[in-house]
Amino acid sequence: MLKIENLHARVEGREILKGLSLSVNAGEVHAIMGPNGAGKSTLGNVLCGREGYEVTAGTVTYNGSDLLALEPEARAAAGVFLAFQYPVEIPGVNNTYFLRAAFNAQRKARGEKEFDSMQFLKLVREKLKVMQISDELLHRAVNEGFSGGEKKRNEIFQMAVLEPQLAILDETDSGLDIDALKQVAQGVNTLRSPERAFLLITHYQRLLDHVVPDFVHVLADGRIVESGDKSLALKLEEHGYAGIVEGAAA
Amino acid sequence: MSQPAPLPLVESLLDAPLPGSGIAWLDVARRENREAFAAGGLPDTRVEAWKYTALRALGQRSFAGGDADAQARVVDPSILALPGVEGPRLVFVNGVFRADLSMLDGLPAGLTLQPLSQALHGDAEPLRFALSRPALIEDARETGDAFTRINAASAGDGVVLRVAANTKIVAPVQLVFVGAAAESALAWHARNVIELGEGAELSLIEQHVASGEHTHLATLVSDTELREGARLHHTVLQNAAIGASMVRRSSVRLHARAQATLHVLELGGALVRHDLRAVLVGDNARLDTRGVFMPHGRQHIDTQLAIRHQALNTTSSSNWRGVANDRARGVFRGAIVVAPGADGSDASLGNKNLLLSPGAEIDTKPELEIYADEVKAAHGATVGQLDERSLFYLRSRGIPLAEARALLTAAFCRAVLDDLPNETLREHLSALLVAQLPA
Repeated sequence: MLKIENLHARVEGREILKGLSLSVNAGEVHAIMGPNGAGKSTLGNVLCGREGYEVTAGTVTYNGSDLLALEPEARAAAGVFLAFQYPVEIPGVNNTYFLRAAFNAQRKARGEKEFDSMQFLKLVREKLKVMQISDELLHRAVNEGFSGGEKKRNEIFQMAVLEPQLAILDETDSGLDIDALKQVAQGVNTLRSPERAFLLITHYQRLLDHVVPDFVHVLADGRIVESGDKSLALKLEEHGYAGIVEGAAA
Repeated sequence: MSQPAPLPLVESLLDAPLPGSGIAWLDVARRENREAFAAGGLPDTRVEAWKYTALRALGQRSFAGGDADAQARVVDPSILALPGVEGPRLVFVNGVFRADLSMLDGLPAGLTLQPLSQALHGDAEPLRFALSRPALIEDARETGDAFTRINAASAGDGVVLRVAANTKIVAPVQLVFVGAAAESALAWHARNVIELGEGAELSLIEQHVASGEHTHLATLVSDTELREGARLHHTVLQNAAIGASMVRRSSVRLHARAQATLHVLELGGALVRHDLRAVLVGDNARLDTRGVFMPHGRQHIDTQLAIRHQALNTTSSSNWRGVANDRARGVFRGAIVVAPGADGSDASLGNKNLLLSPGAEIDTKPELEIYADEVKAAHGATVGQLDERSLFYLRSRGIPLAEARALLTAAFCRAVLDDLPNETLREHLSALLVAQLPA
């Protein structure tokens, strides 16, 4: 589904990704772990087409086509979703209105029929139930005045409604208490399916107690320096990044 | 210093008889104002209040004075209607009252609503103070207020509205000013006198609409007096022809415990200027103003707010938004004065602006002068672009760039409509804002 080869990317003139390669197949859950400054968030932002992230070398192929050539909205319509590390507050835009606009824009881009408000409301109610999220979120402006946990839950809720093929969670677990963390994890587990892949970008191992990954990669200094199964995360927890990063460099 | 050549604009000031001609004091007032305008001309940009709005081109243009054919202009009634608004309606076409388009049957008890042209036929004495008021002189000295003079010299029609004491008028009253296409560019004028008695309540909706494309000049001068404890909701929808020039001067006086809420949408017109002067003359009076101006193309929209707190514990809050696109220009000046003795007053003024294109410009100037004690005051103004992070957030969810920009801009403007009580009207105005945005 996703094939990243030798990706180099710069932010503000500084090279952050230095030859990153990664393959993700449908149905797989990959955890990308690494110390601060390794380039974890840059990877998520590059994949979603954020301005200011300049790709200087390498390729990203998504379902056989060049992902980097697409505008952010086209990537979304193609099924790529980023759960933001810091979701933006948008006063004056109602959460449901926003989500329906996004949902219908994606459908329109794919040549599918748009949902009217009744159809959409029905879908939203189902998702709320499955995700065990309170409908109070729907009536507020997008993320406005939300607590950290509410913002992250709202990201997961959007993911549930938009049903992406490739979901990238950028440190969605950071700053959450254990209940919120469990809720986010439960959301991800609910959405796991043979057609959908996840990229969980995280600093800590604790999310992986609740979402068991198929693969764990260690990202350091802009490259993946080690890959393994879920036991690698436990090893990291025990020894810290220092041992692994140094070991890989040697 | 040589005498400047008379402005072509002066020619539009009629010698022809206006409604009310023959009333001695009115003839004097009109003549004096005509002479004062002819002598003083239009202010130039050295006058502080006109710093950002140049009138030179306007002064060089010629207009036919008034519209002799106003009664015969065909107006599509659908442009007068507003969703969620059903009640008495007074309609003027090119400044002339049109009975056939108005709805004045079965006015509720306690409401006086009539065109000025008719009011002058009866006992004109109650209008004497307003139509010949010495305040003009003070205004003129301060701002070189040429347009008030033009209006006082030439307005023969307008609105006379009174609500009796302790009367609550339930249905909103609609005032519609139609600028209708004519054989040539016209100058037309309207003079409005509004008074709410003690404890009276009224919702007022003022519309400026276009019937066909034209380049008329309109001046509208309105005085509103709110007696003790009166309450007014006033909504203004300015959607004049895209080529029209429009100058409005509104003055509002609030007596003790009176409350006024004003919502203004400035969408149309080529050159638009609105001066709002409010004076809180009675203790515990309260004024809330909300507005949005959205010039695009080559439009120039200038709003000047002057609020004066003159009594104890008075409150004013003002929240204005501007959005300029293309090569358009917006101007906002908000001046608040808390006069000596207006202790315990609370004044806030905010103006946030968005520039949607590099050729657009907005000049904003909040001013605050405080001469009283125990005053709470806050003011601020910003000019910026849409937040890149918000744009990316929307796009990352699949919303195309143009749609994302429109969505954020509409949200930015809608904030000023939040406390509009009529929900249907609010939705309609909100849709008009969205329609004004670039596709």
